[in-house]
Amino acid sequence: MLRFIVRRLLQLIPILLGLSVLLFAWLRALPGGPAQAALGERATPEDIARYNETFGLDQPVLVQYGKFLGRALQLDFGTSSRTGQAVTTEFLERFPGTLELTIFAMVFAIGIGIPLGYLAARRHGSWIDSSSVIGSLLGVAIPVFFLAYLLRLLFAVQLGWLPGSGRQDVRIDATHITNFFVLDGLMTREFDAAWDAVLHLVLPGIALGTIPLAIIVRITRASVLDVVNEDYVRTANAKGLATATVRRRHIIRNALLPVSTTIGLQTGLLLSGAVLTETVFAFGGVGSALRDAIANRDYALLQGFILILAVVYVLVNLLVDISYGLLDPRVRVR
Amino acid sequence: MNGSTAFSAAPRHAASTTPVLEVEDLSVRFTRRGEAGTQAVDGVSFSVAPGETIGLVGESGCGKSVTSLAVMGLLPKRGVQVAGSVRLDGQELLGAGDRALRKLRGADMAMVFQDPLSSLNPTVTIGVQVTEVLKEHRGMSGKEATEEAADLLDRVGIPDPRRRLGEYPHQLSGGMRQRALIAMALACSPRLLIADEPTTALDVTIQAQILELLRELVQGSGTALVMITHDLGVVAGLCDRVHVMYAGRIIETADRGDLFARPRHPYTGGLLASVPRLDTTRGTPLTPIRGSARDAIPWAQGCAFAPRCDSGRDDCLTEVAGSTVPLESDGAGRELRCRHPLTVPPVAGSPTTPGADR
Ligand SMILES: Nc1ncnc2c1ncn2[C@@H]1O[C@H](COP(=O)(O)OP(=O)(O)OP(=O)(O)O)[C@@H](O)[C@H]1O
Ligand SMILES: [Mg+2]
Repeated sequence: MLRFIVRRLLQLIPILLGLSVLLFAWLRALPGGPAQAALGERATPEDIARYNETFGLDQPVLVQYGKFLGRALQLDFGTSSRTGQAVTTEFLERFPGTLELTIFAMVFAIGIGIPLGYLAARRHGSWIDSSSVIGSLLGVAIPVFFLAYLLRLLFAVQLGWLPGSGRQDVRIDATHITNFFVLDGLMTREFDAAWDAVLHLVLPGIALGTIPLAIIVRITRASVLDVVNEDYVRTANAKGLATATVRRRHIIRNALLPVSTTIGLQTGLLLSGAVLTETVFAFGGVGSALRDAIANRDYALLQGFILILAVVYVLVNLLVDISYGLLDPRVRVR
Repeated sequence: MNGSTAFSAAPRHAASTTPVLEVEDLSVRFTRRGEAGTQAVDGVSFSVAPGETIGLVGESGCGKSVTSLAVMGLLPKRGVQVAGSVRLDGQELLGAGDRALRKLRGADMAMVFQDPLSSLNPTVTIGVQVTEVLKEHRGMSGKEATEEAADLLDRVGIPDPRRRLGEYPHQLSGGMRQRALIAMALACSPRLLIADEPTTALDVTIQAQILELLRELVQGSGTALVMITHDLGVVAGLCDRVHVMYAGRIIETADRGDLFARPRHPYTGGLLASVPRLDTTRGTPLTPIRGSARDAIPWAQGCAFAPRCDSGRDDCLTEVAGSTVPLESDGAGRELRCRHPLTVPPVAGSPTTPGADR
């Protein structure tokens, strides 16, 4: 098991190296530059030269890359040209919000997706089945941006039931220890602050969780349909076990194997792909930061964030593979 | 495996004791919307007495598994029509509720299936798969159940049972898996055990061991055993009484010895003739039955075996005879569904038996 983990972590090295080269090249190929973005249209060439010198952007690209790599190894990704803060600090501030949002979205997707997929399979051919199939098709087809916008318009702007922007009401004077606002509220016993943070997660969480929900419903349904026809389910029934035992131990347990892989992949994607949703809801997470960084040609922040997110993505998938091994003894590394 | 030497216990007849299982006129029809449907089992009747072993024999697709699943109440709920009567110790099972059946399954009647690997849950330990039966039906606590499970594995010949309890199916060999499944089936000392081709998926040497194990386990315990097989060797080694099935119907019933000595139905004769034997002179060719089970005609049109039968005549067809071929008594303890039964055994070297062409 340990060797498996080490091997996977070693695989990270070439991935990150390749990714950083691509990033570096891509960012510098973008029209305009950070100086232009920071100083505005009317900046003189002298201003721009001075700006570039300050941030080391006047040096040859290879030198820049070498310096970047050297510092990155010490977890130093430079300073954001937009906020002047260290990229690492920026990330630690932003990431908890995105993580909270991802967790909310996945709890939503799993909590509804698995029971619904199971029900659809057991009532194969019924209206529940057909509507969940159609629903999940719609779910993956609808653009996240559009859905987020629609939810916000309806439930925040029109009906005013839920907050439609930010992570917490600005009027709440909450103490922030970890930057996980819900967790902070619980730790400091400021329960109203925690609840308010939860409410802020609902709409973006639903928008973000819809695609995973649709995928989980579909995979659960297909998987349960397969498993109920397995010989071992017949054996379980032949043993006269209670329906609940057959369902839990023999059907769901095995049906969830493919679902767990999907959940892991989706979690990884959400963690790194919440840009659109966060933008619509002005949710101050990693996604919003990335959007701002692109608009401002904030090279340092883009490089740092994307590389860290790549590491997060690989780690999440490693975690999934490990837990898959726990669920399925056949793939357990002996 | 030689029936006459190793297993000499006299066949016990269902008539002499109250049967454990009585199947009467059982019919199973699979229906599909917009399709004609398949009559998988068609008016099958048999019974099994305590301690008796019967064989259900026939080619693939003749309805053996469907019969056993109907007895266990394990057929799919939708798209199946079941008719007739299935009684376990006098209690009618067809039409019984799901809860009532779950109480009986695993406790009073149990089943062992063909493929031991796919019949075991790959993600649950052998221990849990054995103890869950004990907890369900015998109300045992976790600790008691584990003790008993280890005992059971030991009884079915699994070495080091305590360690095996913690292992997963993929860690066991094929024979061990089937032993574990047998342990689960016998956990509550059922009155009836149905084994559906329990050795087909196993190596030949393992096959013999598993059959021997089954024989030992049911012997003396009074468990009625229904052995489903297409292997006449299994029949010879294990069964007191044999029912030969073809296209969903029983076509011949006889005690094991009688059947082997004097097969009456040309299909039974064909089955026996297609088994290699040691007691024939070398070079005697095997005579397989021609055609395949797919050539069967519907019973309503005549004997389903007629298209493949060497003794077939015109009156095997309903059109000519004016009636379908009935299952009739054919001497003591025998039944036969044939208008032109065999009069001489099909294999050279066996004693000739009298028999009149009806
Ligand atoms: N679920 C089902 N739906 C439709 N038809 C079925 C179903 N199960 C079995 N049948 C049909 O019933 C017939 C009898 O099948 P069964 O499985 O009892 O054969 P078998 O004698 O056990 O053969 P084998 O030796 O291959 O196990 C076959 O023609 C099969 O196509
Ligand atoms: Mg079968």
